[in-house]
Amino acid sequence: MIIDKMEQSLRPPETPMVPYPAKYITLASGEKMVVHQIDREDVPRVLEAIKPMITVEKDFYDVVAARIYAELLGYYRYRVKDEYCLVGTVNGVIAGQVNGRMLDEKVGMSYHTMTLKRGLRIGAQLFAAKMEYHFDFLGQEEVWIVAESPIGFRRWMIEYELESRPEQWHELGGVPTFVLTKALWEKHKANKCTGRRPVSEEMLATAKKLILP
Amino acid sequence: MRKVGIAGVGHTKFGRVDGSFLEMLSLAAVEALDDAGIKTAPGSVDQVFVATMGAGMINRISGVASALVDTLNLRPAMAETVENGPASGASAVKLAYMAVASGICDVVLVVGGEMMRVVSGWEATDFVATMLHPEAEYQYGLTLPAFAGMFTRLYMDKYGVTEKDLAIIAVKNHENAMHNPVAHIQLVPDLHAITEDEDAHVINPYVAEPLRMYDVCPVSDGAAALVLCAMDIADRFPGKPIRVAGIGQATDTHVVAEREVPTDLLAVRLAAERAYRMAGLKPEDIDVAELHDAFQILEVAISEEAGFFPRGEGHLAARRGDTRVGGKIPINTSGGLKAKGHPLGATGVSQVVELVRQLRGEGGGRQVQGARNGLAVNFGGFGNNVVATILSREEE
Repeated sequence: MIIDKMEQSLRPPETPMVPYPAKYITLASGEKMVVHQIDREDVPRVLEAIKPMITVEKDFYDVVAARIYAELLGYYRYRVKDEYCLVGTVNGVIAGQVNGRMLDEKVGMSYHTMTLKRGLRIGAQLFAAKMEYHFDFLGQEEVWIVAESPIGFRRWMIEYELESRPEQWHELGGVPTFVLTKALWEKHKANKCTGRRPVSEEMLATAKKLILP
Repeated sequence: MRKVGIAGVGHTKFGRVDGSFLEMLSLAAVEALDDAGIKTAPGSVDQVFVATMGAGMINRISGVASALVDTLNLRPAMAETVENGPASGASAVKLAYMAVASGICDVVLVVGGEMMRVVSGWEATDFVATMLHPEAEYQYGLTLPAFAGMFTRLYMDKYGVTEKDLAIIAVKNHENAMHNPVAHIQLVPDLHAITEDEDAHVINPYVAEPLRMYDVCPVSDGAAALVLCAMDIADRFPGKPIRVAGIGQATDTHVVAEREVPTDLLAVRLAAERAYRMAGLKPEDIDVAELHDAFQILEVAISEEAGFFPRGEGHLAARRGDTRVGGKIPINTSGGLKAKGHPLGATGVSQVVELVRQLRGEGGGRQVQGARNGLAVNFGGFGNNVVATILSREEE
């Protein structure tokens, strides 16, 4: 794609990032959820799944959805540096998504986690996958995290025993920052992160359909 | 003593309730009164009992029964709030029974309710733990899940119960809940996924080993209500009331460590025996049971203490399918506390609501065909105060 000099100057430079290798997890319902990284061209599809949640007040879905929408649009339009998005699908249907970015080589900036298929702790699994990406594949040392909802606070801050670092400013602003360090990740990942690789071609092909819920 | 029946039932959806505590109680109450064909008007009921453990501590509301009477325009009805931990509901039913049987009242409204999801899970666990002995147990950080975990370990060692047995029971209860529109959790876990699958250790983590997440009831909001009446005025009500045939209650040591046999639930056994005696029935006469399965091991233990299975064989019966709908003695057709939910003060009332529905033939997809007698066991503390209630459908 040819881009002009103005567009070139507006785009942040990209750091080569190891892609997230897809995995699958058996949920409590017996269904398999495939977690895979999407490409930019898939973003509009995911935006369609997120958009209806912008008007749902319950559990802060509205705030989170609005922010994810902006974040993914920023990624799609080349206006955010080193962002990624992982999507969980069940039988090809979008069940949830997580996103974040590399602040630099050592530090990850966790953005958001949204579950669209509730009741199966999908959000918890996708969050763990996100942290797995930062630590085990991108080789980072810490990830900065905030939460908008009480559910998020319990699942991340309390269950992972995150380090409080209120003096550190998170890009999402406002709320105090908490940090998942490599040591905390190693302590908790056996109980929090699961899944099997590789994902079969057939399963991956189904996952990539990104069917709207 | 007069014969006592249940003329009306009401039940909110268990789960997370929006609105106020009083609104939630009122919804259940009005449904029960409607079911009994009673208008909310002064003089329409003689007495109101409200069962709740946490209204004061969690929701910062006391004098709930008086408040409810006023909210429902039932003044000048007599009114009391009843607290017996998680057995508050069945205790309220017992007191309502006594009020009618004694002749003091003709019509009594019982409402049980709890709104626990306004606090975090940890705060809810701590609040529930306050029913433990303050010096011997609570101050050391013991909680009900911890007790249940230790009890489960002892039961496993003594009788060979396995983690899979508990999961079998949980799956059964979730399957039943799918036929109960008011159940908190409308999802059936897959047995293999939560026990043997490679991801099971994360998907179904330990809560209090050996109890896993799917062995433990959720934290729920909700309310349930009953209208009890004297059977000699039954013709005032639209349908024939279901008779309260037997009630039994018993207590055990407050400190669990002081019990002679730690795997025995003596209070359950005595409460059930007293209820059977009063009803003139035996365990084999019971067609359907609601047993207090806040932790799935309790369904096993209580089913044995209630006389359905020999000691140490409750889990074997579950494996065989004896406790499923259609089995020898269907247990927790409502979904139990595991899948229906466990708003503490509501539970004992909710169990009785389910029995009434079963005996009326209103169980829908979870109906036990031809059910005539039902037993509910409501478990207070860790078995230190237990109430058993038997209902019977009288033939026309």
